Formats: sequence, structure tokens, C-alpha cells
Amino acid sequence: MRHLSPRAAISGIGELKPQRRTDGVATMDLLMRVSAEAMADAEIGPEEVDGLLVAPQVGETPQHVPATVAEYFGMQPEMSNLVDLGGASGPGMIWRAAAAIAAGQCETVLCVIGNHRNPTPPRSPNRNPAREFDTPFGASGANTSYALLMQAHMAAHGCTAEDYAQIAAGSRANAQLNPMAIFFGQPAGVEEILASPMVASPLHLLEIVMPVAGADAVIVTTMERAARAPHKPVYLLGAGEKITHRAVSQAPDLTSGPLRPAMARALSQAGIAAADIDFLSFYDCYTIMVATTIEDAGLCAPGGFAAWLRDNGGMGPGARQPINTHGGQLGFGQPDLAGGMTHVVEAVRQIRGGTEGRQIEGCDTALVTGNGATMSEAVALVLGGTP
Amino acid sequence: MTDLAALQVPGPIHEPLNAPFWEGVEAGVLRIQRCGACGASVFYPRPICPRCWSDALRWVEARGTGRLKSYSEIFKPGHPGWSPATPYLVGLVELTEGPVLMSHILAAGNAVAIGDALTFAPTDIGGRILPCFAKAGSETGREV
Repeated sequence: MRHLSPRAAISGIGELKPQRRTDGVATMDLLMRVSAEAMADAEIGPEEVDGLLVAPQVGETPQHVPATVAEYFGMQPEMSNLVDLGGASGPGMIWRAAAAIAAGQCETVLCVIGNHRNPTPPRSPNRNPAREFDTPFGASGANTSYALLMQAHMAAHGCTAEDYAQIAAGSRANAQLNPMAIFFGQPAGVEEILASPMVASPLHLLEIVMPVAGADAVIVTTMERAARAPHKPVYLLGAGEKITHRAVSQAPDLTSGPLRPAMARALSQAGIAAADIDFLSFYDCYTIMVATTIEDAGLCAPGGFAAWLRDNGGMGPGARQPINTHGGQLGFGQPDLAGGMTHVVEAVRQIRGGTEGRQIEGCDTALVTGNGATMSEAVALVLGGTP
Repeated sequence: MTDLAALQVPGPIHEPLNAPFWEGVEAGVLRIQRCGACGASVFYPRPICPRCWSDALRWVEARGTGRLKSYSEIFKPGHPGWSPATPYLVGLVELTEGPVLMSHILAAGNAVAIGDALTFAPTDIGGRILPCFAKAGSETGREV
């Protein structure tokens, strides 16, 4: 039984093709292009947008981000904010947009997120506990944190390197069905993934996302307006969020994360069990993140992800519960914070139907996850085609 | 083994609140905070207890023992200054008192396992004494 009636729906999406570098292009440029695409998809003009949600711009615009973007776009929104949840920022925007609409503050929210990419990104100017207590030991960067999470998961459950590598292989296989993906035309099997250089044990290079430039935008609007849009509305049926820590050393649990309660709340609001979801759009900065998310969703017992994946028939559009049909970020590329929004955009495509070359048959529901920092910022959404 | 003292790497940005911790490390002592109200052992340092929000935190000397909660052998460091030291070990150390800290583990990658007993081993890294850890019973890192 549903515990919450949908009050908002997604009427438009936009996504730029990932690129390895964007010399001479500012993030604002990418944000404006992808927003134009999302508005065109929803068949609305900028005058209909009265809400604007944006994300941090890595290396640009440290403060006043909403006003900076609104001014650049020639908009004067009635609700605007910065959603700063790392890779969970994109999904975090979707329920905040719906909440603002339900609160009567606005009717149509543009959620936009993206980043340019230069070959040598500036080093972090952080002044926070991690800079004093983690960095000096040679432990900076996300790779180290996820390697520590993976090592703990492996040791706790006796999983093998092959178990995790099949997630990267499945993502690459899915990327062969998406011409936008950075690894389109470049499949990689388990053997090749395990033969790639060790970056931070037990993480191999090909178990880590490739950083790219890119951008994604989503239009969230009222039920009434979504019904008038050209595409089938995709409804927000449930959402959940949880933040547990920032630095991996402070994680309350290394083998299970805040997505567990976030997904439980989203599924409960939607009145659906994880096993009955048609499409799993799981945030995948690293292979370990998908493994943990499968387990935290309750699809299998802790440590059982590999056997579950084999029973599932892999990750492709023909699997029992397909996962990350756009290739995931492991196959599509990670356009910085927009990476999390690619999982929303792919879920909207699958629920609308007709996704060329990779449509899931009869896809009506999706469980979307976002994850930030060190498996510490979590957002889960249930999206569906039936209100 | 790489000369860790010679590395050109970013050191800690010291916050004044944390001075007793860093002075302790320099003197070969591991200090954490303990809450006089709820008894929580606290690391990293705070102005107020993050468990009960009392302001009764005081500095205490930790035993300097713990166990390895997880580890990674780093081949491609987050900061290029660490490249000469690769591969090296970082790990999460769960102190006997409870708090967990990130640290540099003075051992080879194939010589550690999760659960190993560790002892505090202050070590010069890049010209600063940092609270590293070594396997209990080993002499590694006792250079200070």
C-alpha cells in the first residue's frame, strides 16, 4: 500500500554526452545547454520555470551558486537552493523539488547539475577535520576511502575479486548499448578488469569511474502540468535520505551504509518491495558501491551480492531486475556531481519507454540511488509511471 | 624502505583546539578526549562532546593500542608527493578506547590483516611527527 500520494512528476530530462576534457568551456555554459535540452524535452519555456536547484561547481563559484546560475539563465526563481550531497545531490534535488511544489512555493523546478573538466583540476582548499587527520597519512581522495570499505566488505564476507569485477564488466556491457557512454565501443570482461593496475588495494583501475565533463537536467512539475507535457509523466512515488558521516574513519559501519534506511523509507512511501522494482538505477562510483547497495536494498543477505547477480542474469536489459542500463557511471563516465543525476535520467527514459537499443520490457518502476562522500550521504527515490 | 621524512607531502593544517593532540604526538604520547559527563572517548577533538553535548571534555592519554579495522595498499596516491613511497599502507585504526582514526601503517602490504593488533608509532613524515601505527611487537617506525 502506498503511504504517500505523488504530488509531482518529472516532465523533462536533458543530458550532455560525457567528454574527457572541455578546454575553454565554463561549467555555466554546460549548465545552460543541458537546461535548454530539458526544457525543450518538456516543451516549456524558461518563463514557466519558477524553481531552481543547483549543485556545487567543483573549482568554480564557491558561494551564491543559485543566484549566479539564475542570473546567467535570465531567471528570477521563487525557490532556489544549493543541494550539496556529493553524488547524492541529483536525486536529492528531485524530492526537494517535489517538496517545494507541495509546499506551494513554486510549480516547475529546474534541477541542473554539471561540471567542466580541465586536465589538472585544482587541489582541494579544504580546511576541515579530514585535512588535518586523514590527508597527512597519504590517505586523501575517494579511491582510498572506497578501497577501505571494499577491503572490509571482502574480509567480512569472503567475497572474491571476481565477484566485484563482474559489476564493472556488466556496466561495460551495458555501455555497449548506449552511444553516449564514454566506454561505448570498449567492452571489458572480468579478466581484463582484474588485469588493470591496482590503484588502492583491493580496487583495480577499471573498478573506478572515469572522470568526465558533462551535465544533466531534470524538470519536476505539478501533476497537472506534467499531464500536459509531451512525454508520459514519471511520478515521484517515494524518497528517503540519510547522512551518517563525512570521513571514512568516522563511518558507523564499513559494510553497510546510509542507503539502507534511505531505500527503506523510499520503498515504504511507494508501497513496493525492492524485489518487485522493474529497474535498479544504482549509484556506482566504484564496484563496491553497487555490491553494498544490492545488499542494503534487502535483495539478498549481506555478502550475497555476487550470487544474487548471477541469479539475476547479470545487469543487462534482459536481466530479471536490470541494473544501470545506461552503463552506470562505470561505463558512461562520471561527470562529477552530475554522475548521480544520470541514474535519474536513465530511470525516466526506461519508465517512459522506447529507449533505443536497451529498453526494459514493461518497465513501470525504478529504484534510484545517489551516494556521496565516503558512503555517507544517501538519497533513494522510487519513480514510477503509474500515479 | 622509503625515507618518509624526506617526502614533500601536505602536513596537517593545525586548528588551535587540537594543540594538545599534536603536542602529545611530538612527545610520543597519544592523547584523545574523554567526556566527564557521559564517559565517551572522543576523536578527532571537539569543543563539546558530540555524544551528549556536554562541555566536560578533557584530554586523557590513550593506551596507544588498537586493531586494524581496514587497510589499503596505495599504488596511486591522491597526492603526487606520496608517489616515491608507493606502495604504502594506510589503515583505519580502532583504538582500544573505541574511537577510529585514519593512519599510516608501518608494514608491507602482504604482512597485515584486518584485526591485527597495532601499537602507536609516532613517525617523521615530511618533516612532521605523525601518529602512525605499527604491528604490535614489531620495532618498525620507532624512529622518534
